[in-house]
Amino acid sequence: MSITQILFWILSIMAILGALMVVVSKSPVYSVLWLIMVFFAISGHYILLNAQFLAIVNLIVYAGAIMVLFLFVIMLMNLNADTEPQKNKWLKIAGVIAGGALLLVFVGALKNADLKSQIAEVNHGDIGLIHNLGLALFNDYVIPFEISSVLFLSAMVGAVVIGKKE
Amino acid sequence: MSKFVYLVPLFPLLGFLINGLLRKNLTKSLISIVGCGSVLASLIVSVLIFSETRQSGFQAVNVNLFNFIDADRLHIPFAFQVDQLSILFLLIITGVGFLIHLYSTSYMHDEKDEHFARYFSYLNLFVFSMILLVLGSNFVIMFIGWEGVGLCSYLLIGFWFKTKEFDDAATKAFVMNRIGDVGFLIALFWMISLFGSVNFSDVFGKAQAAPASALTGITLLLLVGATGKSAQIPLYTWLPDAMAGPTPVSALIHAATMVTAGIYMIARSNILYTLAPVSQSVVAIIGVTTAFFAATIAIKQNDIKKVLAYSTVSQLGYMFLGLGVGAYTGAVFHVMTHAFFKALLFLGAGSVIHALHEQDIRKMGGLKRLLPTTHLTFLLGCLAIAGIPPFAGFFSKDEILSAAYARNPIYFVVGLITALMTAFYMFRLYATAFQGNFRGTEDQRKHIQESPSQITIPLVILAILSCIGGFLGIPDVFVRDSHLLRNFLHPVFEHSETLSQTVEVGGSRELTLIGVSVLVALVGVVYSWSRFSKNPELGEPKGFGKVLANKWYVDELYDMIIVKPVNVLGKFFDSIFDRAIIDGIVNGVGRIVQYGSRQLRLLQSGQVGAYVLMMVLGIIILFAIQIILRK
Amino acid sequence: MPINYYIFLAVALFCIGVAGVLTRRNAIIIFMCIELMLNAVNLLLVAFSKMHYKALAANQPDAGINGQIFVFFIMVVAAAEVSVGLAIIVMMYRNTHSIDVNFLNRLKH
Repeated sequence: MSITQILFWILSIMAILGALMVVVSKSPVYSVLWLIMVFFAISGHYILLNAQFLAIVNLIVYAGAIMVLFLFVIMLMNLNADTEPQKNKWLKIAGVIAGGALLLVFVGALKNADLKSQIAEVNHGDIGLIHNLGLALFNDYVIPFEISSVLFLSAMVGAVVIGKKE
Repeated sequence: MSKFVYLVPLFPLLGFLINGLLRKNLTKSLISIVGCGSVLASLIVSVLIFSETRQSGFQAVNVNLFNFIDADRLHIPFAFQVDQLSILFLLIITGVGFLIHLYSTSYMHDEKDEHFARYFSYLNLFVFSMILLVLGSNFVIMFIGWEGVGLCSYLLIGFWFKTKEFDDAATKAFVMNRIGDVGFLIALFWMISLFGSVNFSDVFGKAQAAPASALTGITLLLLVGATGKSAQIPLYTWLPDAMAGPTPVSALIHAATMVTAGIYMIARSNILYTLAPVSQSVVAIIGVTTAFFAATIAIKQNDIKKVLAYSTVSQLGYMFLGLGVGAYTGAVFHVMTHAFFKALLFLGAGSVIHALHEQDIRKMGGLKRLLPTTHLTFLLGCLAIAGIPPFAGFFSKDEILSAAYARNPIYFVVGLITALMTAFYMFRLYATAFQGNFRGTEDQRKHIQESPSQITIPLVILAILSCIGGFLGIPDVFVRDSHLLRNFLHPVFEHSETLSQTVEVGGSRELTLIGVSVLVALVGVVYSWSRFSKNPELGEPKGFGKVLANKWYVDELYDMIIVKPVNVLGKFFDSIFDRAIIDGIVNGVGRIVQYGSRQLRLLQSGQVGAYVLMMVLGIIILFAIQIILRK
Repeated sequence: MPINYYIFLAVALFCIGVAGVLTRRNAIIIFMCIELMLNAVNLLLVAFSKMHYKALAANQPDAGINGQIFVFFIMVVAAAEVSVGLAIIVMMYRNTHSIDVNFLNRLKH
């Protein structure tokens, strides 16, 4: 087993464990922290796949900005207490069963897909480098890129309008 | 000019639309102008086309207006065919039709403006449908006209729709016609499956190669249609009841349109009938039976219009006899002369009714002096229908009878007896109504006056035509090769005539036949004149006469064996099938949906989680299906 | 690494996210689960972007770069979405003093 494979397995286990804990944790703050761990694991996967730029962006945007935003909201509103007395057990069980069934169905559907011989290149290729991505982004995708700034602007206006007190 | 043949049906259609849509806004004089003018315009166009068809070497012209039905290999164009037969019928329809329109302007003058307009719009639609029927270059267009005529007859017979009896008569006419139409329709489909086309040229061209049994079937089915429209046994009972409509309508139905449709159809498909001798015999037998049967009924009728109605049925029987024995020209000739004198008789009867407001001939009498013009023209009409030379009916009837003799002497004998009865009942009618003394009330007598000129002019014109119309077809025995109509129609019937070896009756024998029939007719005329002019038969008929007066109880018989069982069956289906089964299914579906939705409504909890769960379940099911299907 | 591993990893993360959305009633945790699902998809996209790299790299040096650009844009949209979504949650808390989604059954009406 090469070092890459070992890393792959460790990161995968981290990601799945973290994801499970996100769902299971009672306190939202713990959920946020577990989710940050999932994001770190996924960023690790990105690095394994030689997508450095995305790995960094994932850390900065998701683990950094978005999760901090979540934390702020939880703390500012003091939502940490377990506000939800779980009344409906059946709905919970149904949710778990449905999620599990979905997993089974996906696995069943993709199991026979003719992808066995396909390999995702690890440690090779430099498309994930910031140089190449930047070229593509400012040549081919410059218009979507600019439009996304408008999206941000409108999201900001929306957030302010919704969030301000009447 | 033949290219503009579409103008002929267009004018009445426009007249119908104008009068029908603007019936509340137009004055009577305007309505009359539109109603009569449109038919007159058609008449003028028809005459112009006719003058073109008379030129030698005229070929039938097909005017294709647009594609009517275009389905796979079946092409049915909306096309008109101008040939000798259709133009002759056009002249009859528009000519006699115009006179009847003119007559109606005065006859219907007492109606309200609105109803007056309705009447004329129906009348124009009637003429339009009939023109369509005659002009169509395939059986489908003919069928459209055929149905249009049936509809218009329904509308016009039930024109005074406030009287239940009249409505019933209209419904009866409609239903009887539908029965016949089913036959026509099946024949139409059979033709499509057999020939792959309904165009006259294709069907008649391929007919000789078709199996004889199929041809016999098609022609018999067509005959069913014709018996419905042309009031032959067993579907004749609607025609006498059709008297419920205004008298000019009766004239139109009996003379120019409607009943001649069946004759036209058989004459048009003469080749099919010539190739199917069995059907031809059936046509002849139905014709001669109807002629005889209707004449016996007519003897004992006392309603002036009923007598004329049964005489129409009887005369139509003659035409069928002519078609059945292969005398197509004779039949068409009789259609023409019959159109003249029957329109004349009906309009004359209308004039009498207009003056007296009475239809029972027992309450008339002595009208000779009171209504001189009507009397004279009516007499001429009676002479014409009785077959007295040189009036029109003599020539056409004689042609049919001699052709019948050539085919089978029995036809001739029955035809001769019918001719005797025709002369008898027509002059019974004439003598009872016009001779003797007036038997009506004093009040009526004071108000009687000759009808206005709109009524008398058509009468005079028709009387003249009834007198001279016969000279279009002088038999060969008198003057060689002077049968103008036969020469004119020759191209249409040429093929049939070469196919069937017509047995020519020898010169001297034909003269004898003519002599016998004239003699018989004279006997009938003289006998009934002498018997009824002084002391008419006023009492109720007794014994066998009562059976005849009640029309052989055919209506009662039909009522018993068809109408009542159908009613019982209808009640049965209403109570069992409709209420229990159909309603049960319909209500059951409703109840299931109601119950199901009441249960499904519980799913709408408003909780987002539940909705998401549903969505996930849906995705799971879709994937599961995909997995199962892939295996 | 074989692409199947990535597929199953991503599917597992995605399904955990779905199960979280279905079981939890706290709006913030549901929101985080949605982020988790988005990330599962991102991971799969990046894995796919490297799938045909070797076969195509000779003629096309930037083969598969579209996949990574796509991930970039998903992150952009997710960031915008989170800002608006959190604002909605804040407003909802202000109005109902709860972030339990089961209190929000207005859809019934």
